[in-house]
Amino acid sequence: MPLSTQSQADADQYILIASLDNARNLSNILKAISLRDHAIFNATQNGLKVTVEDSKCLQANAFIQAEIFQEYIIKEDAVGFQVNLTVLLDCLTIFGGSTVPGVCTALRMCYNGYGYPLTLFLEEGGVVTVCKINTQEPEEPIDFDFCSTNVTNKVILQSESLKEAFSELDMTSEVLQITMSPSHPYFRLSTFGNSGNAHYDYPKDSDMMELFHCTSEASTCKYKMSLLKPSTKALALSCKVSVRTDSRGFLSLQYLVRNDDGQICFVEYYCCPDEEVEEE
Amino acid sequence: MDCVATGGNVKVLAKAIHSLSRIGEELYLEPLEDGLALRSVNSSRSAFACFLLSPLFFQRYQAPSDQSFRCKMPIKSVQAVFKSLASLDRSVEKCRIQLNSEKNRLTITLHCKHGLLKTHNLSYQECEGLQAVFDKESCANVLQAQPRLMVDTVLHFPPSLEEVNLSVSSDRVWLRNHVEDDADSSRAMMTELCLSSEEFDHFAVGSQTSVTFCLKELRGLLVFAESSGLPVSLYFDEPGSPVILSVTDSVLEANFVLATLSEDSHPKNHVNTKHPDTEQPPDDFMSDDMDSFLIAMETSELPVPSHVPTSPPRPTSNRKHSFSEEEEEEALAEGPPNKKFCSLFFGSVLPTPSQLPNQTMQSQEVLASDSEDENQTETS
Repeated sequence: MPLSTQSQADADQYILIASLDNARNLSNILKAISLRDHAIFNATQNGLKVTVEDSKCLQANAFIQAEIFQEYIIKEDAVGFQVNLTVLLDCLTIFGGSTVPGVCTALRMCYNGYGYPLTLFLEEGGVVTVCKINTQEPEEPIDFDFCSTNVTNKVILQSESLKEAFSELDMTSEVLQITMSPSHPYFRLSTFGNSGNAHYDYPKDSDMMELFHCTSEASTCKYKMSLLKPSTKALALSCKVSVRTDSRGFLSLQYLVRNDDGQICFVEYYCCPDEEVEEE
Repeated sequence: MDCVATGGNVKVLAKAIHSLSRIGEELYLEPLEDGLALRSVNSSRSAFACFLLSPLFFQRYQAPSDQSFRCKMPIKSVQAVFKSLASLDRSVEKCRIQLNSEKNRLTITLHCKHGLLKTHNLSYQECEGLQAVFDKESCANVLQAQPRLMVDTVLHFPPSLEEVNLSVSSDRVWLRNHVEDDADSSRAMMTELCLSSEEFDHFAVGSQTSVTFCLKELRGLLVFAESSGLPVSLYFDEPGSPVILSVTDSVLEANFVLATLSEDSHPKNHVNTKHPDTEQPPDDFMSDDMDSFLIAMETSELPVPSHVPTSPPRPTSNRKHSFSEEEEEEALAEGPPNKKFCSLFFGSVLPTPSQLPNQTMQSQEVLASDSEDENQTETS
């Protein structure tokens, strides 16, 4: 493979090297969080974490563990940088979307360190492309301070049923209201649009419901539709999703994604509640 | 009101609504004793469609206690309830339509697999009834064909084609695209299809006729007919009388009523009138009938069923209530009709005057100009 003929000297400079036989295992997951142009990369021994934020109210994270990569070398404890995600995705899919089975783009992602561009070596069918993407000073991702102890309600659903609901959501509604309750309606998604309102109810004994954990109180929170709608991409890729709300009304959506090779990655979304609701 | 449709009928209901959306922007809903009527009309009142779902269509059918409930709502809102049409029969087990009159909401609940419940509370507007006056039985010509035949025939015409002409003789049917006389004939593409009477399940032609109507609105019915596998019946008379396409089975009846190009003055059908259609004679519009018609529109009580203005007045069936139009402004704003396409007659409550059959129809209509040129009329 052309990628492995890199001279050893070059390889020594890089503080991060991550290789994949199938670049889709990275590009698909990144598409699921591509709400905005810029993404913050944070690489550790465990793997890669990519963060995208929107208007300080929404944060999407993608986790690709080190085990997913065919080669993963990191020479520092933590490596962080920021790149234009749109450009990165364009590069990762530079050979177009090949649907021929067995044909895929191989990737070797390298980073020299602070001030250096992110270098991508992409190969498909013997053709090699080298992309260098400028990096920026990584911003500090917002800490939503979402910890398990504050979680009031938690639900784990199979994505199949939620996918249909999300695709049908009334987009004329400004908000998406999520209700979780120990009694009927248990788990409800509501929209309030121009033609009227709509409710999608998932009972706790549904076979789509893998886990239903609600404390004694029911919680109803509204979130801006425009912020949550992009999460549909992550939902489409996933097989399971966990929905959690905490005492502040913050929402955490965690998606279990299986990549092309059946390996598991995670995507999570954090969202602030829509302020206008809080009257108390 | 409380109706429950189950199994495959949910998809049929959804398809009916999608069909109606090809006609107009609003869905008129009226629960009757003999079933749920879903209707739509286009903005120029030249196409009307009605689906009547009998109580047997539903697992449960309960009409509201006060018989005169009628409402309308934007059809897009209802279509949104039945969005994923393809997966409907796989995912939806039951569909319930209920009326919540205190909150002015129509509640459509879909009971889906895995216990998922989708509830849509749609706002509606109460309105007057919408019913075109037509009488299938009085039509001289009746054709019936399998939907596949009609779909295949219509396939030959470009989707952009507005008007199509249907001509019949004792043993043949011709379908041609209708081209305006003033269009450059050297550049226009003429398509003509000829079908023998044997291709039809039923072929009853009273007299040689040629009628021209809009193809676009017809396609909505064909999609429905094809998916239901039911034969399509065509009822038509002379030009000017609407053509009625009908799909019926034991639990539902769908009628698509399309206005046809009228001939100028002659009651005779296939005479080729070359002189252009000028503005309608003023008395049509300023006649007492028109005024009476307008008056009739304002009242909500419709005491007398109208006569069908085609041939000798016939007793009307229980569905031919006179129509009163709630969008009065729309009707009043129309200028003198200089367009040959008659909009459908929604008959007046008063007896028709003695006029030529063709003109009779026109005098009672709310006429709107078509998008086409308005000067000439030509029946091919």
